[in-house]
Amino acid sequence: MRVDLSRPVVIGFAAILCLLIVLPMSWLVYFSVTDHSGALTLGNFRQLVTDPVFVAPLITTAIIATTSSLACCLIAAPMGWLVARTDMPLRRTVRALVTASFVTPPFLGAIAWELLAAPNSGLLNQAFRALTGAPRDEHLLNIYSLPGLIFVISCYTFPYVFVLVANSLDRIPGELEDASSILGGRAWVTARRVTIPLALPALLAGALVAFLQAMTLFGSPAILAIPAGFHTMTTKIWSLFQYPPKPELAAAASLPLLVLTVLLLRAEHLILGRRGYSVVGGKQGDPRLVRLGRVKWVALGAAFIVLLNPVFLPYFALLNAAFSRVASQLVSFGNFTLQNIHFVFFELSSTRLVLKNTLVLGVLSATIGTLIAVVIGYLTARKAIAGHRALGFLATAPVAVPGIVLGVGLFLSYTRPPFVLYGTLWILLIAFVTIAMPAAYQQLQSAYRAVHPDLEDACRILGGTRLQALGHITAPLLRTTVIATWCFIFVGVIRELSAAIMLFTSETKVISVLIFDLNESGDLGAISVLGIVMLVVTFAVVILANRIPTFGGRIRLRDA
Amino acid sequence: MENWSRRDVLKGASALGLAALARPIGAAAPPAQAVTPALIDAARKEGKIVWYTAVDLPVAERVARSFEAKYPGVACRVERSGAERVFQRIGQEYASNIHAVDVVNSSDAAHFIVWKRDGLLAPYVPEDVARHYPAEHKDPDGQFATFRAWLCVIGYNTNLVKAADAPRSFADLLDPRWTGRIVKAHPGYSGTIMTATFQIARDLGWGYFEKLAKQRVMQVQSSADPPKKLALGERAIMADGNEYNMFQLKEKGDPVEIVYPTEGTPLIIGPNGVFKDAPNPNAARLFQSYCFTPECQQLIVDAGGLRSVHPLAKEKPGRRPFAGIKKMKDDPAGVERDAEAIKARYTQLFRV
Repeated sequence: MRVDLSRPVVIGFAAILCLLIVLPMSWLVYFSVTDHSGALTLGNFRQLVTDPVFVAPLITTAIIATTSSLACCLIAAPMGWLVARTDMPLRRTVRALVTASFVTPPFLGAIAWELLAAPNSGLLNQAFRALTGAPRDEHLLNIYSLPGLIFVISCYTFPYVFVLVANSLDRIPGELEDASSILGGRAWVTARRVTIPLALPALLAGALVAFLQAMTLFGSPAILAIPAGFHTMTTKIWSLFQYPPKPELAAAASLPLLVLTVLLLRAEHLILGRRGYSVVGGKQGDPRLVRLGRVKWVALGAAFIVLLNPVFLPYFALLNAAFSRVASQLVSFGNFTLQNIHFVFFELSSTRLVLKNTLVLGVLSATIGTLIAVVIGYLTARKAIAGHRALGFLATAPVAVPGIVLGVGLFLSYTRPPFVLYGTLWILLIAFVTIAMPAAYQQLQSAYRAVHPDLEDACRILGGTRLQALGHITAPLLRTTVIATWCFIFVGVIRELSAAIMLFTSETKVISVLIFDLNESGDLGAISVLGIVMLVVTFAVVILANRIPTFGGRIRLRDA
Repeated sequence: MENWSRRDVLKGASALGLAALARPIGAAAPPAQAVTPALIDAARKEGKIVWYTAVDLPVAERVARSFEAKYPGVACRVERSGAERVFQRIGQEYASNIHAVDVVNSSDAAHFIVWKRDGLLAPYVPEDVARHYPAEHKDPDGQFATFRAWLCVIGYNTNLVKAADAPRSFADLLDPRWTGRIVKAHPGYSGTIMTATFQIARDLGWGYFEKLAKQRVMQVQSSADPPKKLALGERAIMADGNEYNMFQLKEKGDPVEIVYPTEGTPLIIGPNGVFKDAPNPNAARLFQSYCFTPECQQLIVDAGGLRSVHPLAKEKPGRRPFAGIKKMKDDPAGVERDAEAIKARYTQLFRV
């Protein structure tokens, strides 16, 4: 007997999505308008906008988000252009290195920059003093400052802009530029009047994404801003959960981030939506590469100088600290040590638990997340059922929820009946799947669009159900996308900090939380070893994924 | 907005069907418990013990590994964070009915007043505690005892500051020449700093912190971190931090030096206690007993740089004898009463 399971499947997945996103957000809103005793009030919001303790972080966050976004555009746009439209050498390498800064957890980058640019002990400041003969208490860079924080955030946010700009430049048809040159436009005129205007929407969208990233980041501000004596919104929300906890205020403080994110994403959609029409043409020619002549070496040099900041210097600092007895000294015969490695692997008793939790969560989140994305992507791409729009919306909605806000919402939802999940890996699993869902869904949905429905129809005509068609026909065709999506979620889980920091218990700690803990007690050597382990695992998975053709740069990693 | 009190957070936990203490009020402490083969066997069956502690991680792991070496088959997992975080974590976990902690060690002795009041601790008196520990270092009801003692000291980096120029008192830290050169830990994270802040504010007044806040201090979290920042050369002076980390670093040859302030040095007491709802009750008791043995106490003195109140533990030569140092008086009940106000006032002054 054949049973068509379509309806229960749809209802089931819709219920899962509601549980993932609607429930926590409802609790968040509910808490934000109640007081400690549960009575309705707007007092939380009043305190938020009048109490200087909250107003200052709001302003700081606005400054950080705006300047980081601008800085990212200033760096990423020219780099994206060099890589996509010029004959600069080593373009593929540069792209790969941008990917490396993409997958580097921002909090790890922040710690590495402490090693590099702490005003007195930072390696770069020491080098500066050694080169200039400046006195001991003079420094070139101070990472514990607002500009320092903006710099580090930009280092790990500019890839978002870069990817959007470079991809958009990749897609601009060469004919348009050819037309300009045929009409007598020189390279610069063509760039100014054709290429740049066509890429502008992508740049604006990138600016918005960078703004959102900078606004919702937790790790870097917690590591760099607090020593300097200031808070951002995310660190403030987090501190509201320290003893004595004030969840109502935390919920109220989360809502502005949520609302702003929704508005900005709406704006991004409008901009990118318009752009979608502008370059649709007939048969497209390959983009023309601008010949830079000798300037190309200068350009390459500049690109590598940019990449020093998110990749080469921080990785070097971590590697150095892992093997040096004193993290602020360069490794030499005198201070080379394996003690940090020994400590992490043989003395630190939480290492094994934390690695196990991280791997279990990575594998489970990736598997479940991919599965949900496969089904929902199918239902919406094939418009298989009534209500597919709602499913698509639910699957995309988490993109508007910053990690720390989701963490607060999940904490409020799952520490009370009917679902008491706090203290289990489940609550983290829910967080990670939710965070990964939008990008995973978008990936698979577009992949489905590439598979012609005729193939599935053939299966159905021959008597198969929808699920059989999906299982026997479509799924095998989508194998590469599915694997790529899996890897992408896995990498995202390993680097996630902002939701995990709200949800962990001692038994459910993950590697990002452990690194954050170690930073609070100043154990830099152990952090470096764990950070390197984390990077090695991440790169192994990324390289694996890169061998799969569909894994492009279109994937958007979430903040950590 | 009204804050939750410490009591409220743990109320849920204490309401979780914990029977009232079976012992009538006024009775003597429970009898001392020897480590019996039966206890060791039972602990082996449980196979593990989880120790929530605020002691600096490498020291905690040393203790854990030495315990495992003595009792193979019982793995000790260290869950370390700042004492105030540990307190919050246990409160949050117990409120959700999660009983993960076996034995707890805090650097804020006030926490034990709360845990005891809420009926979360099990009475258990290791033999060493009964036989050797002075009365002021053990709970009369046998629920906790002083695992470690140390001081919250001032310090400086000897490469950056000459001994003659070094500050000698808290008042000296307010000198303009130290502006921007001081590192300091946080009472919202560290029990050591919470306790020290209470004592300093009581003896010197909040005016001291108001002025210190204007010195543009580098604000770190753990009281173990300022000594490490000194050793890195990141800051010249530390306004507060663990004496025991300073001993460790100094004896390793790092360029750090301790200052015992002339006003008196804040005294920190770090008790150990077994949780009544410990998931591994036998391993917990075995570990608690081990922690107070001369062997373990000597380890935390020699390798950890801590002070022991066990009369059989010997001080390490070369360190200033504990008895000879002018100390501020510890007052856990006072800290318990003022903790929330201290955190609020501190955050107001130092902005984080």
